[in-house]
Amino acid sequence: MLTKRFHFLFQSTKGLVLVAVAMISLVTALWGMLSGPMVEWGVTDAIVNLTGMDLVPAEREGRIILLYHTIAVTVVAIEVYLITGILPMRDHERTMINGTITVGYLTTMIFGLWFGYFGHNFVFHGLYLFGLSLVFFAGILLTIALWPFRKEYYVKDPAYAHTRRGVDLERLAFFTMAVATLGSALFGAVTGSFWGSGHEAFLAEDLIREPHKTTLQLAIIGHLHIMLTLIGVAIALIIGRWFDFKGPLHKIAMPFMIIGTLIITFGAWAVVPFETIAHYIIYGGSVLVLLSGLFLVIFAWRKLIRDGLAEKGIEKGNFVQGLKALLRDPLRFGSTWQMVFMNFNVSFVGIFVAVKLDEIFRVWPAREERIILTGHWHVLSAIIATIILFYYADLAGLKGRARQIFGWVLIIASDVAFGAATVFEMKRLFVSEAEQQPIVNMTMLLIEIGLALVLIILAVFMVWRLVDLFKRKGRWTAELAEEGLDTLPKSPISLTTPLGSNPKSEAEVQS
Amino acid sequence: MKRTFLWLLLLPVFAIGCAAPATSPAESPLTFDTGINPEGWALVPAGEFLRGLHDLETVVDYDYEIMITTVTNAQYANYLNEALAAGAIKIVDDQVVGYYPGDEFHGYRHEEEIAADDWPHISLDDPGLRLRYDGKTFSAMNGYENRPMVQVTWFGARSYCEFTGGRLPTEVEWEKAARGTDGRPFPWGHEIQPENANYYSSHDIFEKIVGKLGDTTPVGFYNGNTYDGFQTIDSPSPYGLYDMGGNVWQWTGDIYEGAHYRYMRGGSKADYGYNLRVWTRNNSHPDYVSPNVGFRCVRLPGD
Repeated sequence: MLTKRFHFLFQSTKGLVLVAVAMISLVTALWGMLSGPMVEWGVTDAIVNLTGMDLVPAEREGRIILLYHTIAVTVVAIEVYLITGILPMRDHERTMINGTITVGYLTTMIFGLWFGYFGHNFVFHGLYLFGLSLVFFAGILLTIALWPFRKEYYVKDPAYAHTRRGVDLERLAFFTMAVATLGSALFGAVTGSFWGSGHEAFLAEDLIREPHKTTLQLAIIGHLHIMLTLIGVAIALIIGRWFDFKGPLHKIAMPFMIIGTLIITFGAWAVVPFETIAHYIIYGGSVLVLLSGLFLVIFAWRKLIRDGLAEKGIEKGNFVQGLKALLRDPLRFGSTWQMVFMNFNVSFVGIFVAVKLDEIFRVWPAREERIILTGHWHVLSAIIATIILFYYADLAGLKGRARQIFGWVLIIASDVAFGAATVFEMKRLFVSEAEQQPIVNMTMLLIEIGLALVLIILAVFMVWRLVDLFKRKGRWTAELAEEGLDTLPKSPISLTTPLGSNPKSEAEVQS
Repeated sequence: MKRTFLWLLLLPVFAIGCAAPATSPAESPLTFDTGINPEGWALVPAGEFLRGLHDLETVVDYDYEIMITTVTNAQYANYLNEALAAGAIKIVDDQVVGYYPGDEFHGYRHEEEIAADDWPHISLDDPGLRLRYDGKTFSAMNGYENRPMVQVTWFGARSYCEFTGGRLPTEVEWEKAARGTDGRPFPWGHEIQPENANYYSSHDIFEKIVGKLGDTTPVGFYNGNTYDGFQTIDSPSPYGLYDMGGNVWQWTGDIYEGAHYRYMRGGSKADYGYNLRVWTRNNSHPDYVSPNVGFRCVRLPGD
């Protein structure tokens, strides 16, 4: 039975996502104790003493870079699992991609953190780089598998965006995102290698206001921005599939997403040779990607309202009935609401800062501007993480009251934290340094309470799944069976999708 | 269940109500004589040292002296009286202003022109200022005589140093004075503890009174003495300077091509401990003032 559980955890899509979410949860829980109020409360010292971490002050930047990469590649792995789970592809492709990226992210995580936080055994640094290389190689395999111009992936259903020949534009959007991600990963990797494997570490936020940045510094700035953006593009596409995004909005959104992704990526790479105009290119691409996201949200909310009203037997409801229908499933609503909320914390803040940069923000000391920079991308990362959790909680079979509680706590607690973080970032707009302590206390408290609630509800969820693994006939056995992995291997040319959430791919794909 | 959920939602609101506003530092000055003389200067000999996060070997090929502590309110008040009398500065619209010959302007992106003009040094109506002005004479507020001079612009800091026969340190001079030659990350050594310096949430006695943001500590406070039961660790830099990490950021004198910003070093009472590492930089417009920014001066031996 142990083999079967191993089979579930490392071969099924749901099991693989579960392991990756668990790994990120563990890292977040432990490494989250090393900064902010945890330092003030003495928790950091206790953790350091307990685990034997070696936090050399001069190496903080390098440690943080290792930690960011560790978490980022694991998030990428989750997205890859979800993509291989919802898009049709050959079974051997799926197996190779998932297997390679699993070994890759685990190697990156284990040896990266070991190297960074527990002494410097350079063999571990080598293994960390090897892990990153495997993740990259898995990306190449994914890109090959996603090739949208194979006839078997053409769509016939006119409801979905496609070319005249039948090329699935959504698949092309996934493909574009994957190619852009590979190029952008190289953009950082080549730079890191050139810089002695990153041993002269620096944080990009420490470069602000430097009038003369080197080519390598600009490349790193471009790399980190585009990687997070592409992770965002990927999750938007995945959520679109979850909702079975189709219709007129789909036909506008997909070309926008493809072109927008290409433009943003080009803009981020153009930071090196054309820093001055790169931002304008990025703005252009962002508009298209954000519009694409908006169309997805409009489609999703309409669908939620329509389905909710239909469940109640109402043909055309009033505003309150519509609102109730929209909010009845916090997981589905939450995944798209976070995309809307993201604009208040990230997009609008970013635009405002860009527009008023010299007039307001560059009048402040650099450390204040740095808080905005680090704050807004931490919030964006965390928002993406919550969207993944909404989807995964649904995949994991959360139902009834547990679904309601998990969903609403995740929405409210995370948004309280993100909202407070945004107020904290922008506090200088409305309070002076001498008078800021009450607002700092309040926002820090809200951030901590919000994040603590998110982590608690996530911990409860993970414990539920852990307990389930100890059951002989737990949910895991059903999930294994759902993906057809409880029997002998299937035909290598099967085009089914393990998560079964893509009617387009299952019913309407030409074979 | 619904009621529990509602209470959970309301919890942050109650928590906010419990977050009491900080008391104004001016209402609760604690006076301590640290025994460190702010008039003292330390010699930094010529030679090589390791600069920055990546230990770049750097040579300073001349000896220089640097103030053992940051400039205090009492010192700055004396300077204002002398400089006013000498006509080096003047008071215009409740501001002390002085002439600055301007920076070379290169027209870089985001660069702002700092033209030759009278620029503000301090604002007399600034609630954070710890100086008094009775219309004729400046003096330090009671209890703040040996605290760092804050709420002073880069122009005001530069003017003080030049009037008293010195200048603001360059970033390299400042870092060498803070770090010595052994590559240490903090002025006093390799680790940071709350008893080493005044930084955010370092639990010093001022934080107990005015909240986590705290207040400036008297210059040279972290010298191994015990103050009202608060035991400090003697934390000088290798050359015997105090407060090179924490308490207040310190203006430096460099002007870089293409940027109008002026750089600060050392971290302050409002920053987490890692910001006190000797290579950490901050910068702002030269007319920026803050309760967390002060300065110290350098001079060449014999000047």
